[in-house]
Amino acid sequence: MHRTRVLKTRIMTLIVVVSQVTGDYLLTRGMHEVGSMVGKSPLAFIFALFNPWVTTGVALLITWLFCHMLLLSWADLSYVLPVTSIGYVLVALAGRFFLGEVVTWTRWSGIALIVSGVVLVGRTAPATHKPLKVEVRQ
Amino acid sequence: MKWLLVAIIVCATSIGEVLQAAGMKRHGEVHDFRPGALGRVVYTIARNWMIVLSVTMMAFSFFAFMELLSVADLSFSVPATAASYVLETLLAKWVLKEDVGVTRWIGAVLVCSGVALLSQ
Repeated sequence: MHRTRVLKTRIMTLIVVVSQVTGDYLLTRGMHEVGSMVGKSPLAFIFALFNPWVTTGVALLITWLFCHMLLLSWADLSYVLPVTSIGYVLVALAGRFFLGEVVTWTRWSGIALIVSGVVLVGRTAPATHKPLKVEVRQ
Repeated sequence: MKWLLVAIIVCATSIGEVLQAAGMKRHGEVHDFRPGALGRVVYTIARNWMIVLSVTMMAFSFFAFMELLSVADLSFSVPATAASYVLETLLAKWVLKEDVGVTRWIGAVLVCSGVALLSQ
């Protein structure tokens, strides 16, 4: 039971991170093509959705939202938050290896801090809450 | 303008994610990942007010983030909105009653400082 939960937590975390990182990237690329929306009508937002980069980005972010929900059905928010932050590291490494961006020592130390945070939290049990004891008023 | 959008995003994301966690805990752990079963999960959670409100907040935060990306770089937007880590960890402890032990606090602080350094 415990091993199954750890395994499915790892797989779901991977899907959550990859869909968010690629979704954000595609959306940024699309939004730079579309331009600023300040002062424009809500129709401008709908029009922006027809940009192919934006469309694919939005589809990936919907995947991210649903998988994030599935993950939260068993794992704590205070576990999911730090662990999924490995996405920042993936963005930095992708910039370094695919786009040839320079990663300064400051940024490398940032990467090291995030990785140690992720490893540390990743070693705690994904769920600490007691079932059905979430105290939120109806 | 940039910072107003950051404040809106941080608040909407934090409230949205806490509601999402609360709603999904009420739904219970998902064990079956076959398409039919996942369809039933969507059907069930679509009638859960916490999830509906959460998705509304996330959509609000998403449009504000789209707007932020059109006026600022990703290297500003991502670290600035990472302030929601602190708020969400506090809400996880107070509202969701999660056992945020010393290890998780150290982890959250490491991640926050790491994101700040990474954006330099």
